[in-house]
Amino acid sequence: MRRRSMMMYSAVAMAASALSAVMAAAQEKVAAAPVPPVATTDVPAAVPALTAPSADFGMPRGGWDLQQPVTDIAVEAHNMINWVLNPVMAGVAIFVMILLAVTILRFRASANPVPSKTSHNTTIEVIWTVVPALILVGIAFPSFRLLANQYDPPKADITIKAIGHQWYWEYEYPDQGGFTYDSVMLTDAEAAKRGTPRLLDVDNRLVVPVGATVKVLTTAADVIHSFAMPAFYVKMDAVPGRINETWFKTDRPGVYFGQCSELCGTKHAYMPIAIEVLPKAQFEAWIAAKQKENGIAAKPAAAAAPADAAAPVAADAAAPAADAAAAAPAAK
Amino acid sequence: MAHAATAGAHDHDHDHKPGFIQRWLFSTNHKDIGTLYLIFAIIAGTIGGAISGIMRLELAQPGIQWLTFMTQGNVDQANHLWNVFITAHGLIMVFFTVMPAMIGGFGNWFVPIMIGAPDMAFPRMNNVSFWLLVPSFLLLCGSMFVEGPAGANGAGTGWTVYPPLSTSGHPGPAVDMAILSLHIAGASSILGAINFITTILNMRAPGMTLHKMPLFVWSVLVTAFLLLLSLPVLAGAITMLLTDRNFGTHFFTADGGGDPVLYQHLFWFFGHPEVYILILPGFGIVSQVVSTFSRKPVFGYLGMAYAMVAIGFIGFVVWAHHMFTVGLDVNTKMYFTAATMIIAVPTGIKIFSWIATMWGGSIRFDTPMLWAIGFIFMFTVGGVTGVLLSNGGVDTYFHDTYYVVAHFHYVLSLGAVFAIFAAWYYWFGKMFGKPYNELLGKLHFWVFFIGVNVLFFPMHFLGSDGMPRRIPDYPDAFAYWNQIASYGYAIMAVGMVFFFINLVVSLASRRKAEANPWGEGATTLEWTLSSPPPFHQFETLPVIK
Repeated sequence: MRRRSMMMYSAVAMAASALSAVMAAAQEKVAAAPVPPVATTDVPAAVPALTAPSADFGMPRGGWDLQQPVTDIAVEAHNMINWVLNPVMAGVAIFVMILLAVTILRFRASANPVPSKTSHNTTIEVIWTVVPALILVGIAFPSFRLLANQYDPPKADITIKAIGHQWYWEYEYPDQGGFTYDSVMLTDAEAAKRGTPRLLDVDNRLVVPVGATVKVLTTAADVIHSFAMPAFYVKMDAVPGRINETWFKTDRPGVYFGQCSELCGTKHAYMPIAIEVLPKAQFEAWIAAKQKENGIAAKPAAAAAPADAAAPVAADAAAPAADAAAAAPAAK
Repeated sequence: MAHAATAGAHDHDHDHKPGFIQRWLFSTNHKDIGTLYLIFAIIAGTIGGAISGIMRLELAQPGIQWLTFMTQGNVDQANHLWNVFITAHGLIMVFFTVMPAMIGGFGNWFVPIMIGAPDMAFPRMNNVSFWLLVPSFLLLCGSMFVEGPAGANGAGTGWTVYPPLSTSGHPGPAVDMAILSLHIAGASSILGAINFITTILNMRAPGMTLHKMPLFVWSVLVTAFLLLLSLPVLAGAITMLLTDRNFGTHFFTADGGGDPVLYQHLFWFFGHPEVYILILPGFGIVSQVVSTFSRKPVFGYLGMAYAMVAIGFIGFVVWAHHMFTVGLDVNTKMYFTAATMIIAVPTGIKIFSWIATMWGGSIRFDTPMLWAIGFIFMFTVGGVTGVLLSNGGVDTYFHDTYYVVAHFHYVLSLGAVFAIFAAWYYWFGKMFGKPYNELLGKLHFWVFFIGVNVLFFPMHFLGSDGMPRRIPDYPDAFAYWNQIASYGYAIMAVGMVFFFINLVVSLASRRKAEANPWGEGATTLEWTLSSPPPFHQFETLPVIK
């Protein structure tokens, strides 16, 4: 029932996106005006309103630069790109370009009518084998450290499950009573009304607490999707029948946008990921409202308290996998 | 019998060519088959390029403006059509443009001549290789007009054809046709590879040792081995896909005990060697051209030859760097990061050796040399971005973004394609007996060079800003650089106009190409023959000192 209504909903979204040029203009006007926070229909009024996005964080900026990193891992990767990889790449490319230019000028036929017959020089051949190898070893150290850090998360404070569907995301909060909801892209008109960028915002964002280690389990219901959040340097494929795990931890509240990053069919371009990072109190109010909405008895302090969360997280890590295994034969 | 034999001998004396049907449909002559491959590549490349033109037109501004024209306003079908286009563009450019041009076209034409052989080892199989490509291409084009997913036509799976999108996601027969197309193209390439390996290992003229072979022949030899070893894996993977689709097997479906990621491993075990298959003959071509126009022998010949062997070998052990986000464990990622970075070493050897070949030379800047120099620099740019992408840790940002699109177009569209044009102008007079027009050739180069850089360089910025690949509409922040890229496409297209004008003007001219227009730098055997070479060359084998 719910799924069908979502499909119809996204069909409406599609039709509206055809009017994008008009809408883009409209959106610019709206974005320029101060945006009052808007509450969505399925969140009671008592619950904190939606965070307005910041043009500098969590979304493309239209320049030539990387998006701003907002997690420790993202900062580490960002620094590696800006201070190790980009300088090395630029250095090598500029070196080769200068070498080529000098060669072309010095040894053009008019400047050098008689060619040399040199065809070997062992010393220089050894140098241009060994030096690049050493440069690569230099890159490998920070690269491996970054990889190791990415795979060494602190104990998770909260686990959420992101399930890719054609063409929307479904989020599940297994620690908080296992409620789920769908997250469907806003139409251009809705995004304009909310004052958020076209094709990036969704009706129900993924909501997480600030400063907490969030374990993300990804899987998919139909084809492969990819859960991506550039500002967190997170990208993890959602593969049907498999559970992948990734994580992030940000100290900056706000809303962050990403887009599905694995070709998943007709509306691949229209299933963005929007993550809303809320202060703890607001997050807990949001959880309480969600639990009420879904008829779940509130468990005190289940959410964002690290000490309490450890046990349920450990227990839950296995549960979704078991779920999927159980669900698989049934689907067949 | 005796009469027939005499007649045959008589034919040879006068360089007699068979009649049209016999010559072009039942061809066994490596030069004619090479020409057929080149014509095929030009036609396919034009179609593949036109498709990318529609893609750039659609991406020129945010929103869906043009695709809906082709689907009578149906937005869903328009979005699917986009996926069909990216799939077709990729497959056409890889399997029906670059491979036929480099290996089938220039390989067929010049490998036998360069090693002093009269023809390929298996002339009739050579013909079969070519004629398998035609139905294969027709099947792929045809797949665009039959049902893919419910309610839309064509295979919108990407050239990688990942399941389950290519299985349960595309119930219609379009994907079956695309798979069959790949099977046939693969068979064609495997037969071609066997032919090249046999020819190069067995039919070298006396004195033409492996270590005296021109580097273009080395590059085709390495490429042929890569084809022979990698294509059967692709054939196996897509056969499993076919049985998953039609016969109820579950190789790639989790609910039957299979695994969708298995397909990706199999595909990329083929797919990564495949990208070297596309570029290695280009390495060979650039080596010939740089040496000829610098009037110097290739610097570090053995290093150059074995760098290609090394690249071919390492190319088989790096495949999972295409899969850094599928959920690999940390050790696997570290291994594939390290292995991938190592490729930069032999690649660096090649770049530096080309420059060292030019160093001390007496360089002429004829059109082929411009393309070769363009290749060296652009391939360097594509190479260094490859070093960035090899890092599994930053791939959580760049994977499946436009940065990757920029990277592989720098190594292929500005690498492989530049090498193809270098070869085209280098050998044009030799193949067709008429010299190309130098001014038009240079115009082609400069306009194309500017165009592709304006087209592809901004894609680095789009990728850095987080724009995903394979989307027909994008958030408005990406609009600026997308518009610039689309202008670049238009410039590039103007460059191609010069190519076609040059083709027509040069072929229509009455001028005769010299046997060796390039002078003392052109040392390989094709320059000892007339332009065009006799229908059958080297009936008395040349002896190489």
